[in-house]
Amino acid sequence: MNVTVKYFAVCHEMLDRSEEEMELPDGATIQTILERLEEEWPEIAEFYEVMQMSVNWEYATEHTELSEGDEVALIPPVTGGCDV
Amino acid sequence: MFKITTEVITGEEVREAVEGPDAGAVVLFFGTVRNNTEGRSVKCLEYEAYPPMAEKKMAEIAQEISEKWGLDRVAMIHRVGTLEIGEVSVAVAVASPHRKDGFEACKYAMDRLKQIVPIWKREVWADGEAEWVKPDAVFFDAPKPHKTDSQID
Repeated sequence: MNVTVKYFAVCHEMLDRSEEEMELPDGATIQTILERLEEEWPEIAEFYEVMQMSVNWEYATEHTELSEGDEVALIPPVTGGCDV
Repeated sequence: MFKITTEVITGEEVREAVEGPDAGAVVLFFGTVRNNTEGRSVKCLEYEAYPPMAEKKMAEIAQEISEKWGLDRVAMIHRVGTLEIGEVSVAVAVASPHRKDGFEACKYAMDRLKQIVPIWKREVWADGEAEWVKPDAVFFDAPKPHKTDSQID
């Protein structure tokens, strides 16, 4: 199956791209994507404690199973608004 | 109205979205770009968002406010791109029959926005360096496999 993976903020910067298409085996989860990214960016593991993931605009976990056409995003800690 | 925009925020857009004859109060909040962070001079801020998810999460916050306070007219708009000192990054408007609920709901909306709405802020310092803001002293760049109590504000 094919999914779209989006990268924001620090993830966008570290991977040097904002999104990509990924071909995944049936039964793949977000964990499958993270393992692939680890090959390119091993330090990504340091972010797992604080990073969130989403599937089709809803927060998800690394165990969430994916389907054809899903839009997945890596969500670094959000810092919108003002006065952090 | 729940919106991510690249345009200047005036506040009129959110006020008009919530006004109505049964409102005894319209609470309007602006977040603005401050010229320093803990004393270090800021040149400007750069905001990035995941617009469809951000707008969906804003609508969910409004739903939470409806359930908690029975207020059904909430509007939120957040700007993205480069913002100069003093410019408005976010505006929230809440209409309510009485001001107490309006103030509480508006504060709640901002608190939740900062928790669940996918928007990120990058500080461009006056000395030319820039970095993504790290909430709650969670460190991004240095290897920190485990947070300790001393790292949490």
